[in-house]
Amino acid sequence: MNINATLILQSIAMLIFVWFCMQVVWPPILRALDERREKIADGLAASDRAEKALEEAQKEAETAIGEAREKAGTIVDQANQRHTQILDQAKEDALGERQRQVAAAEADIALATNQAREELRAAVASLSVLGASKILEREIDADAHRELIDKLIAEI
Amino acid sequence: MANPNAELTPSGYIEHHLQNLTCGFGEDGFICGGADVAAQLGFWGFHMDTLVWSVILGLVFFVLFRNVAKKANSGVPTRFQAAIEAIVEFVDTSVRDSFHGTSRLIAPLALTLFVWIFFMNFMDLIPVDWLPEAAVAAGIKYQKVVPTTDVNATMGMALTVFILIIVYSIRFKGVGGFIGELVFNPLNPKQLNMPKVVWPFVMAFNLVLETVSLLAKPVSLGLRLFGNLYAGELIFILIAVVFTAGSAWFAAGLSSIFGEHIPAWFWILSAATVCLTLWMNIKGRLSMKHTWLFLVGEMLVIGGLAFLGGQLLHFGWAVFHLMVITLQAFVFMMLTIVYLSMATEHH
Repeated sequence: MNINATLILQSIAMLIFVWFCMQVVWPPILRALDERREKIADGLAASDRAEKALEEAQKEAETAIGEAREKAGTIVDQANQRHTQILDQAKEDALGERQRQVAAAEADIALATNQAREELRAAVASLSVLGASKILEREIDADAHRELIDKLIAEI
Repeated sequence: MANPNAELTPSGYIEHHLQNLTCGFGEDGFICGGADVAAQLGFWGFHMDTLVWSVILGLVFFVLFRNVAKKANSGVPTRFQAAIEAIVEFVDTSVRDSFHGTSRLIAPLALTLFVWIFFMNFMDLIPVDWLPEAAVAAGIKYQKVVPTTDVNATMGMALTVFILIIVYSIRFKGVGGFIGELVFNPLNPKQLNMPKVVWPFVMAFNLVLETVSLLAKPVSLGLRLFGNLYAGELIFILIAVVFTAGSAWFAAGLSSIFGEHIPAWFWILSAATVCLTLWMNIKGRLSMKHTWLFLVGEMLVIGGLAFLGGQLLHFGWAVFHLMVITLQAFVFMMLTIVYLSMATEHH
């Protein structure tokens, strides 16, 4: 255990190793570490951004769905209204048509009745004439013809 | 034990283990050896073991980290890459927390010191006899494998840090600022409204105080690391001495078979048997219970009861020492950062 020139050589050896380390060991490793740190930081930031974007997209989708639902509701309401309108319209039309047809039928009936009445009246007249002439050809027996005439009158 | 030619005594064993392999140019040309050579060479001796091991470990550090640096990218890291990056990140955080100036040098300096010192300390956990024995087998008589148990290595690094402290002080405060800090602290005659006559005396007093505190930085830095590791190494050696080299049990058991020197093949065979047992346990061919029994049995066969105790103590101390070596590497790094940070800031 004595101090000798080993001291100096050891100092020089240390300086050389430190210089080696400083030149070719430390910088590349530290650069790689820094780069990796940056990469990881970027990755984390990107994932954060993606998460936020996803959230926003979800919100947008929800609003879009809500809007669509509302629109669909209005459309259905409108359709329902229209449906009722059409039904009412049809009902009204049908009622009008029925009244018209009923009125026409009634008019026909009335016409036919009148005609028949006229015809009947004419027939009664001719029958009366015919009956009268037949009665006239024989003696008029009021008692005998009473029945006939009554019948005649009842026929009218 | 590690030196077959020397007589095996506890003090001889310890001395041998604590002797650096010193080389240098003496009167008879290039010589290498132990204490006698070191005495002959004086200051101009070099501890070859310290230098070679610290450079090898520095290269291990360099190759490991350079490999990662070459492949470094911002993609998904491999496990090894992640481990190295964790160390780098740790050092980077420490530097950012403690060093408030801007410097391109400080972080690589801290990383190099931390990892390099950790590796050098780690050599302490390699069983104390392995590498010295191997060196002796290869014809090198002395080998101290833990560079940080050599005060030259730790003080050498502390010296570099000291030079950096001065360089940083001058760079950030200028020569005037640096000298001013030395002579106007802690007693500032200007602020204390002292008469001009006493200024030189106060300044001289300050200079003495500040020089001591300045010099204390590298000295404490180097000696702290050295002291911790030297003590740790010494305890490993002492455990080895108490339980094996000087053990009567051990001598009685094995010397009766092999004579005075136990041959190398015995140790190699013993180590191979232990390794085989552990390997079979790892591969699942041996249950934990059987593994324990085998290991205890092998220990008993190899070195008797005392050796088993030595193994357990070695293991226990190694576990504790694992903490010490990491902590000391960290402390050296942190103090370097703090000293350099102080050098860049105005007080």
